[in-house]
Amino acid sequence: MLAFTIRRLLEAAVVMLTVALLAFVLFRFVGDPINQMVGQDTSIAEREELRQRLGLNDPVLVQFGRFIWNAARYDFGISYQVKRPVTSLIAERFPATFELALTAALFAVLLGIPMGVYTGIHRDSWLSKLFLSVSLVGISLPTFLIGILLIYVFAVQLGVLPSFGRGEVVRIGGWTTGLLTASGLKALILPAITLGLFQMTLVTRLVRSQMLEVLRTDYIKFARARGLSDRAVNFGHALKNTLIPVITIIGLQLGAIIAFAIITETVFQWPGMGLMFIQAVQNADIPVMSAYLLLVAFLFVLINLIVDLLYVWIDPRVRIYGREA
Amino acid sequence: MMAEPPVLSVRNLRVEFPTRRGTLLAVDDISFDIAAGEVLGIVGESGAGKSLTGSAIIGLLEPPGRVAGGEIRLGGRRIDNLSREAMRPIRGKRIGMVFQDPLTSLNPLYRVGDQIIETIRTHLPLGEREARARAIELLTEVGIQGAERRIDAYPHEFSGGMRQRVVLALALCAEPELIIADEPTTALDVSIQAQIIQLLKRLCRERGTAVMLITHDMGVIAETANRVAVMYAGRIVEIGPVREVIQSAHHPYTRGLMGSIPSLEGTSDRLTQIPGSMPRLTAIPKGCAFNPRCPLAFDRCRVERPDLMAVDHSLAACWLVAREGAEAPR
Repeated sequence: MLAFTIRRLLEAAVVMLTVALLAFVLFRFVGDPINQMVGQDTSIAEREELRQRLGLNDPVLVQFGRFIWNAARYDFGISYQVKRPVTSLIAERFPATFELALTAALFAVLLGIPMGVYTGIHRDSWLSKLFLSVSLVGISLPTFLIGILLIYVFAVQLGVLPSFGRGEVVRIGGWTTGLLTASGLKALILPAITLGLFQMTLVTRLVRSQMLEVLRTDYIKFARARGLSDRAVNFGHALKNTLIPVITIIGLQLGAIIAFAIITETVFQWPGMGLMFIQAVQNADIPVMSAYLLLVAFLFVLINLIVDLLYVWIDPRVRIYGREA
Repeated sequence: MMAEPPVLSVRNLRVEFPTRRGTLLAVDDISFDIAAGEVLGIVGESGAGKSLTGSAIIGLLEPPGRVAGGEIRLGGRRIDNLSREAMRPIRGKRIGMVFQDPLTSLNPLYRVGDQIIETIRTHLPLGEREARARAIELLTEVGIQGAERRIDAYPHEFSGGMRQRVVLALALCAEPELIIADEPTTALDVSIQAQIIQLLKRLCRERGTAVMLITHDMGVIAETANRVAVMYAGRIVEIGPVREVIQSAHHPYTRGLMGSIPSLEGTSDRLTQIPGSMPRLTAIPKGCAFNPRCPLAFDRCRVERPDLMAVDHSLAACWLVAREGAEAPR
């Protein structure tokens, strides 16, 4: 188990280094940051001086080494655009994205799994058919369209929910939360549904197809032949076996939720990291962009690590293989 | 005949599958009894309706399959018309079932002990600790050494033969009156097969359990069963004491099956085989379903379907029996 964890951690480190390299190389090509930072009447000497001060004249390897060293200490430099440390920008924006992503993920899982189980068990009921039709909508409509539709119905026509922003937030230490005020919660509903709908339908369909498969297996037939109750068979024996692939997908999708938050945050003007990233791109604000990329990659890697460990916890067979390898 | 009703009594059971092209009769009007402590073998080729009969008895036919007629009685009481909820406590408690593949019969994510304890506690009013003690007892009884330790192992930590023992222990949890064993040895090595068969025999002898042993392996039947029913295309074509059926079968199909068992002292070095294959349910021939493959078929076989007729101590559904009976009464 320990060896398994260590091996996964090493793999994670390699992935992070690769992403860091990509982030570093990629953003050297998005444009000259100096042009964005200074006015038109800045002299060439002044530009050169700024370039020197930012270390942009150093050899590439030195720059990359500095980038890694600083990133490892959670220092992504100063935003070219707003002239403040990137880490403090992220610290301001992260709670908004985190709360949005978490709510969307909970929405997807807490609704998706029961719907999947239900449609798997009661294959032919009209409710199952309704769920599946709705999920088809969720899976085929693009996120921004869903967002705009929701805004049109609930904000413009019915006027019951806000169409943008986080509402009132409460500050707890360095964390701002919208979960404690009525307006914050109301503001969260539409973006969370927009962000989570696709994932929810994905989870529903995945759980359903897994349930259908597992319910056909011999051990389920045997469990019924042993006279176990429907509940024990469906939820004790079948559901647990469907969860292994479901956890993988949910893990990956959690990363996707954070990444896709860019679109949702843009539609709802949600003051999170996605919106920050879009603004950074528009201004060639390299430190912010690379920090965002690294952070998202880190979240992906972290989630995958957790998923791997969850496997071991759920499926005893992986435990053996993990020990042997 | 007997004062006590047989443990299992099946009368005119029909199982059908409604399909788009019409209703298929997969089990057609079969009847048999199994007494306490008796092993009834059910043999036949794949698709003869053996397993469906088993599933119908325990009430686990997969839809759209359904019992279309007849009666199933357990200890004299009808069970084929019970509701889902009324049937559930009978499964596992009064009828135990063993499936073909021990590798897939156990849930891979739960310890074998948990699966046994779960079953015990479903049927018997025992606490967790008593159920665990009983589970260890059961595992020991089916020949698993170090059961106190092995009870906490996962299914993948057992070999195939050991897993089938666990499956047997699961079927025996609540001391059922009847065990339906559906190809219990087919997926096992020959040496392990013998052990499992011995175990099954010993357990029923000791407990007086009735066993319905479904298999396509005549060798297993010869070793285990008291009586045997031969199924062909959804019908029983011959049923009788195992010795009589094996040594002097009355139905040409049974003889064909016997001819395809290799024997050590056999003089011929070729196995006989029955030409052709069993008809599909959509195309059961007129008359006797076996007539196109039967070397002895005559006109009547192609027109009229034979029912089971008494001959010696057996029943056989073959016009030859009627003809021989008429020509040379024994």
